[in-house]
Amino acid sequence: MAITPLQEAVASLIQDGDVVAFEGFTHLIPHAAAHEAMRQEKRDLTLVRMTPDVIYDQMIGMGCARKLIFSWGGNPGVGSLHRLRDAVENAWPRPLELEEHSHAGMAAAYAAGAANLPFAVLRGYRGTDLPPPASVTCPFTGEELAAVRAHRPDVGIIHAQRADRGGNVQLWGIVGVQKETVLASARSLVTVEEIVDELDPRPGAIVLPSWVIDAVAVAPGGARPSYAHGYYDRDNDFYVAWDTISRDRDTFTEWMQQHVLGATTA
Amino acid sequence: MTYTSDEMMAVEASRRLTNGNICFVGIGLPSVAANLARRTHAPGCVLVYESGTIGAKPTRLPLSIGDGELAETADSVVSVPEMFAYWLQGGRIDVGFLGAAQIDRHGNLNSTVIGDYASPDVRLPGGGGAPEIASSAKNVFVMLRQTPRAFVERLDFTTSRGDRVRVVVTDLGILEPGDGELTLTRVHPDVRIDDVRAATGWELAVAADVGETSPPTDDELTALRSLEAA
Repeated sequence: MAITPLQEAVASLIQDGDVVAFEGFTHLIPHAAAHEAMRQEKRDLTLVRMTPDVIYDQMIGMGCARKLIFSWGGNPGVGSLHRLRDAVENAWPRPLELEEHSHAGMAAAYAAGAANLPFAVLRGYRGTDLPPPASVTCPFTGEELAAVRAHRPDVGIIHAQRADRGGNVQLWGIVGVQKETVLASARSLVTVEEIVDELDPRPGAIVLPSWVIDAVAVAPGGARPSYAHGYYDRDNDFYVAWDTISRDRDTFTEWMQQHVLGATTA
Repeated sequence: MTYTSDEMMAVEASRRLTNGNICFVGIGLPSVAANLARRTHAPGCVLVYESGTIGAKPTRLPLSIGDGELAETADSVVSVPEMFAYWLQGGRIDVGFLGAAQIDRHGNLNSTVIGDYASPDVRLPGGGGAPEIASSAKNVFVMLRQTPRAFVERLDFTTSRGDRVRVVVTDLGILEPGDGELTLTRVHPDVRIDDVRAATGWELAVAADVGETSPPTDDELTALRSLEAA
């Protein structure tokens, strides 16, 4: 692991055609890393995420994705993701293949990947029209259970509050599936708010040791408009504004040009 | 005090929660109802959000299920895999609160797609936690506004199954399972049974003695409005 500039980390870790998970469950969403991937015009990605929200809406609208593996694709508390809808309903700017799960299935698939297992087992997907992943019979009780193929992304990307100079990462608050994403992925990138001398303990914090991470990049404010617990709040107004920005193709493209593509990395 | 039909729906749904209920809450109307219950008759109702916050006590309504305030006020914050595996699948949830775009007479819900899955008319956000909430929570409460487009003879897609649905609270009244299908058991004040029939896309079963819900009390409305204004 090395502390690497974001531009360099994204350039070396993400290749066109990769399966990439930018995770974050409402909290600590890696916006800065996703913006850098869009500036570098990464293409043909399979994007994995439980709750694709604004960043995947942006990446889909910018034509970075060929496939989406997900369980809930909305703008939390606001409504639809218009770029995702346009891709699915009208194949704009290109067709988007969907692989759809439930949250329980996605979470279990990440945990199985982290555990180096080929699949996850859960009591789920019953009575739904979601494509049934597969089923297994419990060897002890005979119960039929759902089996979901493990997530093993090529690259897992998360945002965290901070790292020390050795690249050990600490995150706290709502921790989502971030730990599982890093451990399930072949390569990983963590963006952080800051580098500190020492990671003093925080209640409920997770520490990911540097040796399970390929690159740590400093990106202050790198989760905005999502939030970083203890650093800044969620910009709820932006999520509401995104509904208008993203509704129209031209407005969206112009906004992206101005705020993402034209911007430089931190 | 005068009130809207949405306020009536939120108040009536909140009344269904009791002190000590462990309640798995989605964002939107269910979150309003569950937080209102905590502010009024059921301060001991435990709110569990799928983001991993157990026992959240927000002072204002969260916009998303992962707002910072939920973590700050929670008794415990767990990872998302743990939430679904240990807490939901583990059988520790008394009430799962769901909304949807469509419901059928058996309480099956659609929050995935309108039209054909492969070439949809409207791509909705999708199931999220709903499939397993519907099959693992001991009781499922549904909240949705009653219209012929939402209450349909046949779902375009089944996101979650209805066999644990105990009540559907709408802006017009209350439906409960009876005789193999959802049955209108109560109407809200000033709503006629025929209004509810007209808002339902199938031939609605109606109980022999349809009751009337009580209008929101001043205390309920005050609590609801302060929650929404905060």
